[in-house]
Amino acid sequence: MKKLLLILIASLSVLVAQESSANEDGIAWDKAPNNTNDLVSLQNGAKLFVNHCLNCHSAAYMRYNRLKDIGLTEQQIKDNLLFTTDKVGDTMKSNIDPKQAKVWFGANPPDLTVIARSRSGHKGSGADYIYTYLRTYYRDPTKATGWNNLAYPNVAMPNVLWELQGSRQPMFAKEEAHGHEAEVFKGWEQVTPGKMSTEQYDQAIGDLVSYLQWMAEPAQNTRVQVGVWVVLFLLCFTFIAWRLNAAYWKDIR
Amino acid sequence: MAEFKEVSPDAGNGEKLLNWVDNRFPLSKLYKEHLSEYYAPKNFNFFYFFGALSILVLVIQIVTGIFLVMHYKPDASLAFASVEYIMRDVPWGWLIRYMHSTGASAFFIVVYLHMFRGLIYGSYRKPRELVWIFGCAIFLCLMAEAFMGYLLPWGQMSYWGAQVIVNLFAAVPFIGPDLALLIRGDYVVGDATLNRFFSFHVIAVPLVLLGLVVAHIIALHEVGSNNPDGVEIKATKGADGHPLDGIPFHPYYTIHDILGVSVFLLVFTSIIFFAPEVGGYFLEYNNFIPADPLKTPLHIAPVWYFTPYYSMLRATTDVMINVLSIISALSAAYVVFKTSVQNKFKLVTAVGAAVLIVLLNIFDAKFWGVVVMGGAVIMLFFLPWLDHSPVKSIRYRPNWHKWLYAVFVVFFVILGYLGIQPPSEIGTLIAQVGTIYYFGFFLLMPVWTQLGEFKVVPDRVTFVPH
Repeated sequence: MKKLLLILIASLSVLVAQESSANEDGIAWDKAPNNTNDLVSLQNGAKLFVNHCLNCHSAAYMRYNRLKDIGLTEQQIKDNLLFTTDKVGDTMKSNIDPKQAKVWFGANPPDLTVIARSRSGHKGSGADYIYTYLRTYYRDPTKATGWNNLAYPNVAMPNVLWELQGSRQPMFAKEEAHGHEAEVFKGWEQVTPGKMSTEQYDQAIGDLVSYLQWMAEPAQNTRVQVGVWVVLFLLCFTFIAWRLNAAYWKDIR
Repeated sequence: MAEFKEVSPDAGNGEKLLNWVDNRFPLSKLYKEHLSEYYAPKNFNFFYFFGALSILVLVIQIVTGIFLVMHYKPDASLAFASVEYIMRDVPWGWLIRYMHSTGASAFFIVVYLHMFRGLIYGSYRKPRELVWIFGCAIFLCLMAEAFMGYLLPWGQMSYWGAQVIVNLFAAVPFIGPDLALLIRGDYVVGDATLNRFFSFHVIAVPLVLLGLVVAHIIALHEVGSNNPDGVEIKATKGADGHPLDGIPFHPYYTIHDILGVSVFLLVFTSIIFFAPEVGGYFLEYNNFIPADPLKTPLHIAPVWYFTPYYSMLRATTDVMINVLSIISALSAAYVVFKTSVQNKFKLVTAVGAAVLIVLLNIFDAKFWGVVVMGGAVIMLFFLPWLDHSPVKSIRYRPNWHKWLYAVFVVFFVILGYLGIQPPSEIGTLIAQVGTIYYFGFFLLMPVWTQLGEFKVVPDRVTFVPH
């Protein structure tokens, strides 16, 4: 039996080693900071989200008053984050008309409630993807919006955060790889400065991505906290069950 | 009918109540037959936890399912939002939903291990054929249940997974397109499909499933449990008429199973609370995007528990059809020229093979893929009559038999892995070899299970006191 299991494990490891890297569009993803436990970061992210994203994107499953979970009071939410017509129990709906959006951008801006969960892949988590995506915009006059993106080539969305980031140009170098020349991404050249330095911008995007990650599953921190207690209980329970079993079975010869 | 029993007037109230019930319903009798005086072999090992665990998971699925239905909306325009509503606004809804989604995968893990146990210890052999057949029917129901349940969250994978699988039925010759239409209730997967799958998932299939589980257990308790040695414990009874190697299910195995349950729950809750998506295997990432009939995902893969069979489906290409034709021809030639069976049987074999080869090449490979996928599951039903080994348990079989089983398991896992991956040339080739091995393993059982040096099966079970 043990032999069978060993063979099984050995064969699995061979499979994992062989896992092919299916070639998806876009560059490799950077690792996003995980601040889903950091309330200041989440609040900053929420502010960025409401001010910059919510104009075109909805978060139609997320209620404003759920923001109480990241340390905001109902009054703070009403004063700073709500559109005037909304109620605090409403979900985050954008004001854009989907039909017009389709005309303007060629695509409907997707709902962002669970976007961080849906974009995961073999290159990293959904948060990694968004973190990379929002930091790799560059000017491209051949595109209708004037913008293009390294993580999502030919994306329909323009760089709405350009005022913060400024505009940048990617630098490529030709490199010999696998017998043919390939363009390899070699970093950025700042063309016009934004309101933020690169470090500040990266941090702001880190906050925004943490917020998106939290919003995709607001129960996630509760989940882990409850989980610790459940597992501790079950460890004790397993110990008792083990001793009980031994006590009953000691008579069986 | 049993005689009306009286208890002494000074008996306790509990005893009086039990007597009252026993005179009207066989409560004590059932308790004795199925628990306190159901004698199970004392040498059960690790693999014998998974029967009890599958009942536990079944109960978890039913109970969490009841609560999910209270908040879920089976409507194409509301379904996705209602699942997110459960995840966010329903108190502890996320826990219920994760229990149900993790439970689906857990069900297949415990059932696959439960079936593997039956396979290696010969638990399907006489007199347990019906136990095995009921079990196979449960497995089929479980697949239907999981497939239809997966549509309900109405995400991209729900939608396109259902679309792909239902389209398979369209490959059936003559009736295919009508059959697919009947299943979908529409020309594409849509609201009608969601509603009927919901109905099947929450009532029709679970009803059948529960009935089969009861039949499975009644049949098992009629013949008694097998054990890792494959020894019939009823053959050696003590003075009291009970098997010498048997112990009452309660308290010994109830206590034992509580230990198994607590270890299982440790793993189960760790997944629920710390990694409910399990890297996209239990909850696929794409399924957090609402279903969009206009946007086909690049890569559509079923959930992991279907992928061994899905691999077999994909492995059935035109090349595979040629290989299968050649295998049929060679097998028929072998029977006709190299064996000494009756001429009538030789004729039947030759004609049968010829017809099969013609059919293989007339119908689309896609249809044969469906046949292969379905056949891989249906074949399990015939296992009791395929295995001709003189001993039940793998313990007393020749060593090379163990290798055949090991390779079988390895191929099953590889097929499962390949089914998750996008198709590739080398992957398809490996899957084809795996598929042929899977079928060869079962179909050639009447031959290979009889070959080799078998060890002597002891009269009594081997047992090491704990």
